[in-house]
Amino acid sequence: MNIYQEELLDHYENPSNYGTLTDPDISHEEDNPLCGDRIRIDLNVEDNTIKEVRFCGHGCTISQAAASMLTEAIEGKTLAEVKQFTKDDILDMIGIPLGPVRLKCALLALKVLKAGAYGINAWPGEEDE
Amino acid sequence: MDTPQFRPLDVGAIRNDFPIFATTPPLAFLDNAASTQTPRPVVEAMDAYYDTYRSNIHRGIYRISEEATEQYERAREKVAQLINAPRTRQAIFTRNTTESINLVAYSWGNENISEGDEIILTIMEHHSNLVPWQLLAQRTGAKLRFLEITDEGLLDFTQFRELLTEKTKLVAIGHVSNVLGSINPIQSIIVEAHAVGAKVVVDAAQSVPHFQVDVQQLDCDFLAFSGHKMCGPTGIGVLYGKLELLEEMPPFLGGGSMIRSVERDISSYAELPAKFEAGTPSIAEAIGLGHAVDYITKANLAALQVHEQELLKYAHRRLEDIEGITLYGPAPHQKAGVISFNMEGIHPHDVAGILDTHSIAVRAGHHCAQPLMKRLDVIATVRASFYLYNTIEDVDRLYEGLCRAQKLMTRRK
Ligand SMILES: Cc1ncc(COP(=O)(O)O)c(C=O)c1O
Repeated sequence: MNIYQEELLDHYENPSNYGTLTDPDISHEEDNPLCGDRIRIDLNVEDNTIKEVRFCGHGCTISQAAASMLTEAIEGKTLAEVKQFTKDDILDMIGIPLGPVRLKCALLALKVLKAGAYGINAWPGEEDE
Repeated sequence: MDTPQFRPLDVGAIRNDFPIFATTPPLAFLDNAASTQTPRPVVEAMDAYYDTYRSNIHRGIYRISEEATEQYERAREKVAQLINAPRTRQAIFTRNTTESINLVAYSWGNENISEGDEIILTIMEHHSNLVPWQLLAQRTGAKLRFLEITDEGLLDFTQFRELLTEKTKLVAIGHVSNVLGSINPIQSIIVEAHAVGAKVVVDAAQSVPHFQVDVQQLDCDFLAFSGHKMCGPTGIGVLYGKLELLEEMPPFLGGGSMIRSVERDISSYAELPAKFEAGTPSIAEAIGLGHAVDYITKANLAALQVHEQELLKYAHRRLEDIEGITLYGPAPHQKAGVISFNMEGIHPHDVAGILDTHSIAVRAGHHCAQPLMKRLDVIATVRASFYLYNTIEDVDRLYEGLCRAQKLMTRRK
């Protein structure tokens, strides 16, 4: 199995929820200084539920595809539910093993989401280290 | 060895010494600027130490410790000979280039650099020849000045003359850029730096493994390199220094082995090289490095250089044909076996990731040279780098892999 399979490439080429929201309730942007990948996530929240989500940015296939998948997964979920998202959830979505460098690419979107929505600044999976 | 007869590398025979290439498809290992593979004779020399005379060096009053000491010191002789150091004791064993440079920055730097002094570096330095000088500047109030590069990736020598003043106390410069491959004119730089009384540290991590470097001809004050980039093991590196400088410098690390005698409040220090080798060193690794030196000198450094030039020229010719590729750095004849590039619309990580699926190992990233990335106005590059065991087929596979990457990633765009 390899990273460059159809599903991931589809997300990379035709990402879901790509763009920005005008006047979002939450907006956060970060980059991964190691490779320069950059992701911004905008959210509109109503009754503690994510009504609308958009992401934009640039980077490698993994970082952009993971962001696209993550936005699909969180739309319509409550903030409390989304807070429970972990590194393993992202890895499950991606569905293939990743080395430590590409792991950071995969986790960037979740990191941006958690920093923006909950002020959690650690990399997913490294919260209590 | 004094009159090296030129004979081309026997790459087939060389590859047989590296079990890692015995797979099918063979690994196309093109990340040699990061670290090279290890040939059997080097591993066997280290095995022999562990299997037959494993013991600590110095002070042991038994046969195998004497043997270990002898082999460790024999390795030093080989390393000193390789760079033509006047005295064997001018070759200090360290962990790597990084530690060698830090040793100079602390031991020589703390004593000789003060507020208002200037240190000249280049924009293409590896972080290991940059951060130690930043730290020294922070400790002392000295100032760092940066030599820029031209658009071809060569140093701007006119600017060097402008930067060089009586305030310049040190020039720290890479011999060969690990990103661009540019071979810097360090001989002229050393002459001019000495003319204003500045010392010169040469980061030779990418030169000593690839061509003959002669410290007496260069007249450099310090020179640093790593064993793991020249067929040796990890954990062993070298610092060469001029005798009078090394002798005047205070110790870097204190501890066992580096002392002559110790009293409660004060100690006197051992002679060179022990003064700079506190604690039990990397014994097996030093012995391995000695054999790595044997290995590359037996293959012949001049032949190795010709071989890498051929690969490099061929790689340039092939890669230039790829649409949307940007190559960084000067023309092949002005550089060592490194080729850095980017492909339009494909992130360097993806290029390396796709090549990996075809058993081709290249590096993608900032290559520990972030100021250079900024100068090139890129976030990262892909880098292929060669060594004595690489072949024309490796380059062909790289080319084909890049074509596949392009096809895969620009399907519908
Ligand atoms: C030019 C240059 N300098 C310094 C280093 C650092 O070498 P090491 O990590 O062995 O200390 C490297 C290797 O990455 C290099 O390419």
